[in-house]
Amino acid sequence: MLRDEDRIFTNLYGYQDFGLEAARKRGDWDNTAAILQNGREWIIENVKESGLRGRGGAGFSTGMKWSFMPKNVTDKPVYLVINADEGEPGTCKDRDILRHDPHKLIEGCLIAGFAIGASACYIYIRGEFYNESSNVQRAIDEAYAAGLIGKNACGTGYSYDVYIHRGAGAYICGEETALIESIEGKKGQPRNKPPFPAQAGLYSCPTTVNNVESIAVVPTILRRGAGWFAGLGRPKNTGTKLFCISGHVNKPCNVEEEMGIPLKELIERHAGGVRGGWDNLLAVIPGGSSVPVLTKEICDTVLMDFDSLRDVRSGLGTAAVIVMDKSTDIVKAIARLSSFYAHESCGQCTPCREGTGWMSRVMQRMVTGNARMEEIDMLLQVTKQVEGHTICALGDAAAWPIQGLFRHFRPEVERRIQAYRNSAPLAAE
Amino acid sequence: MPKLTIDGIEIEVEAGTSILQACEQLGIEIPRFCYHERLSVPANCRMCLVEMERAPKPVASCAMPCGDGMVVKTNSETVLKARKGVMEFLLINHPLDCPICDQGGECDLQDQAMAYGFDRGRYLENKRAVKDKYMGPVIKTIMTRCIHCTRCVRFINEVAGVPDVGAVYRGEHMEITTFVEKAIGSELSGNLADVCPVGALTHKPYAFTARPWELRKTETIDVLDAVGSNIRVDTRGAEVMRVLPRVNDDINEEWLSDKSRYAYDGLKRQRLDRPYVRKDGKLVAVSWADAFAAIAAKVKGVAGNRIAAISGDLADVEAQFALKELMGRLGSANLDCRQDGARFDTSVRAGYLFNSGIAGIEKADVILLVGTNPRWEGTLVNARIRKRYLAGGVKIALIGEQKDLTYPYAHIGAGPDTLQQLIDGSHPFSETLRNAKNPLMIVGMGAFQRADGLAVQAAARITGEVYGMFRDDWSGFNVLHTAAGRVGGIEAGFLPGEGGRDVHGILDGASKGEIDVVYLLGADEIDTAKLGKAFVIYQGHHGDAGAHRADVILPGAAYTEKNAVYVNTEGRPQLARLAAFPPGEAREDWKILRALSEALGATLPFDTQSQLRQRLLAANPIFAAVGQMTPATWSPFGVQGAVDAAPFVSPITNFYMTDPISRASVTMANCTEALVGPAQERTGTHG
Repeated sequence: MLRDEDRIFTNLYGYQDFGLEAARKRGDWDNTAAILQNGREWIIENVKESGLRGRGGAGFSTGMKWSFMPKNVTDKPVYLVINADEGEPGTCKDRDILRHDPHKLIEGCLIAGFAIGASACYIYIRGEFYNESSNVQRAIDEAYAAGLIGKNACGTGYSYDVYIHRGAGAYICGEETALIESIEGKKGQPRNKPPFPAQAGLYSCPTTVNNVESIAVVPTILRRGAGWFAGLGRPKNTGTKLFCISGHVNKPCNVEEEMGIPLKELIERHAGGVRGGWDNLLAVIPGGSSVPVLTKEICDTVLMDFDSLRDVRSGLGTAAVIVMDKSTDIVKAIARLSSFYAHESCGQCTPCREGTGWMSRVMQRMVTGNARMEEIDMLLQVTKQVEGHTICALGDAAAWPIQGLFRHFRPEVERRIQAYRNSAPLAAE
Repeated sequence: MPKLTIDGIEIEVEAGTSILQACEQLGIEIPRFCYHERLSVPANCRMCLVEMERAPKPVASCAMPCGDGMVVKTNSETVLKARKGVMEFLLINHPLDCPICDQGGECDLQDQAMAYGFDRGRYLENKRAVKDKYMGPVIKTIMTRCIHCTRCVRFINEVAGVPDVGAVYRGEHMEITTFVEKAIGSELSGNLADVCPVGALTHKPYAFTARPWELRKTETIDVLDAVGSNIRVDTRGAEVMRVLPRVNDDINEEWLSDKSRYAYDGLKRQRLDRPYVRKDGKLVAVSWADAFAAIAAKVKGVAGNRIAAISGDLADVEAQFALKELMGRLGSANLDCRQDGARFDTSVRAGYLFNSGIAGIEKADVILLVGTNPRWEGTLVNARIRKRYLAGGVKIALIGEQKDLTYPYAHIGAGPDTLQQLIDGSHPFSETLRNAKNPLMIVGMGAFQRADGLAVQAAARITGEVYGMFRDDWSGFNVLHTAAGRVGGIEAGFLPGEGGRDVHGILDGASKGEIDVVYLLGADEIDTAKLGKAFVIYQGHHGDAGAHRADVILPGAAYTEKNAVYVNTEGRPQLARLAAFPPGEAREDWKILRALSEALGATLPFDTQSQLRQRLLAANPIFAAVGQMTPATWSPFGVQGAVDAAPFVSPITNFYMTDPISRASVTMANCTEALVGPAQERTGTHG
C-alpha cells in the first residue's frame, strides 16, 4: 500500500485549488531552474534510472524514448507533444490531472521539452474535455505570467512555448501519429512507421509524444530522486500509477497506488470491493477496453503491473480496471467493445476497416446465439487476420477483447448458440 | 548501399530503396493495391506484407526501406496467410459484379484474387453499398467497388495539383468523394481511372462499350497538343474504343491529358469520307478522279506565285513534305505551316524548340514562363513543372496572363517590357535569375502570335544569353508549341520560300485577289473569310471551318488512321501508327498528294512511303533519329526591334476544343460545359 508521503498527485480529487499558488504549496515549480541546470543528459539519465514506463498503455521506457531524439538539431525545430486525448473506455486518469493538477503537467512539459531540446510543446486535449482544457489554459497563462515558461523560462535562458490543441472527438487521434496528423490539420489517420516521430513527427520535425501521466510524474521523480521512484513497485515495473476502477464495485474511484499491487487488494481497499462480495466477481478487464478480459481465478492472485499482466496474456494498458460481477452479460459487454472499435476505426488500412465491422456484426449475433458453432473459430481466425497486420494498434485492440472472451468464456457462447438452435430450430438452419 | 537477403538471395540496393522495389529488382512479384511508383506511399492496403527477421509483425514492404543485414521472406506461410487475410477483407464488401464491370479483365483485384482469394465467402452479413459520386464528365464512379487504396486522392493532390478529391467519414463508412459533388477541375482527371486498381473509377465515355480482350492495341502518338504523348489506341474493327497512355519517362511519364484521352469520339463524327466538289455553290459528292479533274482544270495554267498552301495543326510530316514538293513543282513559294499566324525566326533550330527536353525541367532551379499557360498549352509539361515544384528548391515566375497553374509562381509582368527589364537587370527578379544554376525559360505561342513576335523572340533570346541559358552543359531556352504538326512542318521546310508569302501574306493576297488557289492541308484555324474569291482545296478529315469554305474537298486520314511521322515541341520525331483504316474513300494524306500530283502533271518522285521518307531524310537528317532529340546548336535568332507593350495573351481559350477532332467530340463538349463554358445561371427548374 502506497504511503501518503509517496503520493505524487496530491490534489487528484480536487480538494484544493488547481491554480499556481496552491500548486506551489504542493511542491510544484519548486526550484525548477535547478533541475534544468543539471542538463539534458542528467534529466534523461535520471528518468531512465527511475524505470518510468510510459503510462499511455504501451509501457515503453520514457527515458529511452527521449534518448532516441536526435541531438544537436539546428536546421529545424524539435517538438514535444502531450497526448491528452484520453479516450480509452474505462480510463479517466489524465482527466483528473488536467483539471486538478495541471501545473504538474506543465512543469513536466518544461522539463521534458528541455531534455529533448524542444522549442515548443503542444498539448492535444480531447475535444470533450472542455473544462479540463480551460483549466490547463489557465494554468499555462499563470505559468507564462510567472515567467516559468515562455522566453527565458524559470530564468534559465531557455525559451519554451506551450500550446493547447483541442481534438474533435476521434478515439484514433489518441494514437501518436494520428494525433500528429490531427494537429497538422489533417484527417486523423495513423502514419506508417518508420519513420518514427523521433525522426519525422510533427511538421516532419523530430517529435516526442508522451502521455499526460508520464510527463506529470517527471518533476517529482527528479526532485525526490530516481532511486525513490525505482524503490516503489517491483523491478522493471517501478513507481506509482493512477488506477481507474469502474464497473460493479461499491465505490468506483481513481486512485494512485504502487505498481504491482494485487488486483484484489486494489479493488477491496480502494473501491469498496466487488458488488455482492468477491465471490460475485465474474471478470475484470484490467487495463482499458483494449486488453483481454481476466477471469476471477486469475484476478484472485494477479499483480497490477506491466509484466505480471502480460504473463496472464492480458496487459496493464492504461490501468483502467473494469470490474464485472456475475450479473454481467459478458458476451454483450465484449460485443459492445467490438462495436466501439468498428465505430472508431479510421478506415485507412484494410484489415481494420473491414475486419472491425465484420467482428462487430458477428459478435452482435453471438449475443443472442444467432450463429453457427463454426463461426466461433471463424471469428477467432478473423481476429488473427486483423491482429498485427494493421498500421497502428487499433486493429490489435479490436482483436484482443474477442480473443480474451473466447479464451475464458467459450462455453458460455456455445451454450447460447445451442439454446438458440433449440428454441428456433427452423431459423437456425 | 545496404545489403540484404530476400528469399535467400543476397542483393545490394541503393540507400532508400524499399523492400518492394528491391524485390522487383530480383524479379519477385509482391502483390499490391495502394502502392504506385509515381505517388507517395501510404502503406494502407496491407497486401504487400512480408516477413522480416527480428520484426515482431509482418512489415509493409512498400514503405519499409531496405536496411543492412535484413533478412526478408516473401513466400513463407505467414506471408501467404497475411495476404489471404487481406484479400478476404477486401472482398467481403466488394460487389460480385465482375461480369458487368468495365474493369473486368484488367482488374488488379480480380487478378490477385486468383492467387490469394478463397473459393467461397465466409462473410454472412450484408455487403456495404456506397452512393456513387459525381466526378465530372469523364470519370464514372461505382463507389461500392472502392477498396480505399487512395491512389486517386494522392494522384489528384500530388500529380494534378487540384485537391478536389478526398476521403470522408471513417472506418467502414469511409468514402472517396469530390469536394463537394463537383466536377474535378483538372485536365488530368482521366488518369484517375488508370490509377484505380478496381472498377470504382472508370472512363465514362468507354462505359459498357467493350471488353479489353476484344480490343486490338496499337502503340502510337497523340497529336492533340505538341507534347507528343505516347499513347495506345484500342480499336474494335474500324472503331477507336479508347485511348490510353504509354509509359515514356522523357515525355508523358505515364499520364495523359483528358483531351488526348477522350477526344477520340470526335473521330466518328463530322468525318469527310468521300471527295466533294462545289457545284453551283453546293458541295456535291464526286469520285476521286472527278475531284482531281476539277482541281487540274482550275490549277493548270495558274502562275506559281498565285498559288499558296497552308498546313494545319494536325498535319503529319510526310503530307507537309509531299505538299511542299508539289508546290515547288507548281512553282509556288507561298507556303506556311504556322496557320495561327505566329511570327518567329525558323532559321535556327534552337529558336523554336523545347531545347531542355520536357524531362529537363526537373533539372531547372529557376523557371521563367513567358506568354504561356502551360496548363492548357501543354498539360503534361505543366505536370512536369509541378513535379519539379514538389521536389522543392525551385522558383517559378510568369510573364503573361495570371492563371491557376497548380503551383505557386511569382507574377512578374504581363508583356514584353518585362523582358527588357530583365535584360537590363532593373527587374527585381533579375537577381534570382542571375543566381540560378540551371535557369529555364518557356516561351509560349502567346509571345509569338503578335506583330512584334520576331522582336519578342529576340528579346527572349537575349534574356537567355544574359542569364546563361545557352551553355554547353545546359540549354534552358524552350518554346512550347501548341500544335503537333508545327515543328514537323518547320523541320520539313513547309515555310515560305524565296520571295514567298507567309500565312499573313497568303490571306492578304487571297482577299485582294492576288492569290487564285489556296491549298489547305487540314488548316481550320485561319480566318476563312479572308480567302476571298480564291479557289480553295481542302484536304483533311473533318468537316470543320476549312471544309465549309472549300471548293474541292479531298478526304484524308486522322492520326489514328495512318502511319506517319510527327515531331513534338522538343524536336523529337515519333511514329504514329495506323490503328484503324480511314472511313469510306478517305486515304492517307501523302497518297492523296502523290495521286493529285500526277493529275496535275507534276508527278512526285516517290511511289511508296519509304521512298518518300528517304527523300525526307535527305532533306533533313533529324527525321532519322526516331524517338530521339537531336540537340540544336545555338546561334543568334529573332530580329531585334521595338516591342509592343501589350500584354501576352494565351492562344487557347478552351482547352477542350482546339482542333477539328476535339471540336467534333461530344465528350469534349461536355467537358467544356462543365469546366470551361460560360457559367450558366442555374435556376430551380434547371435539370
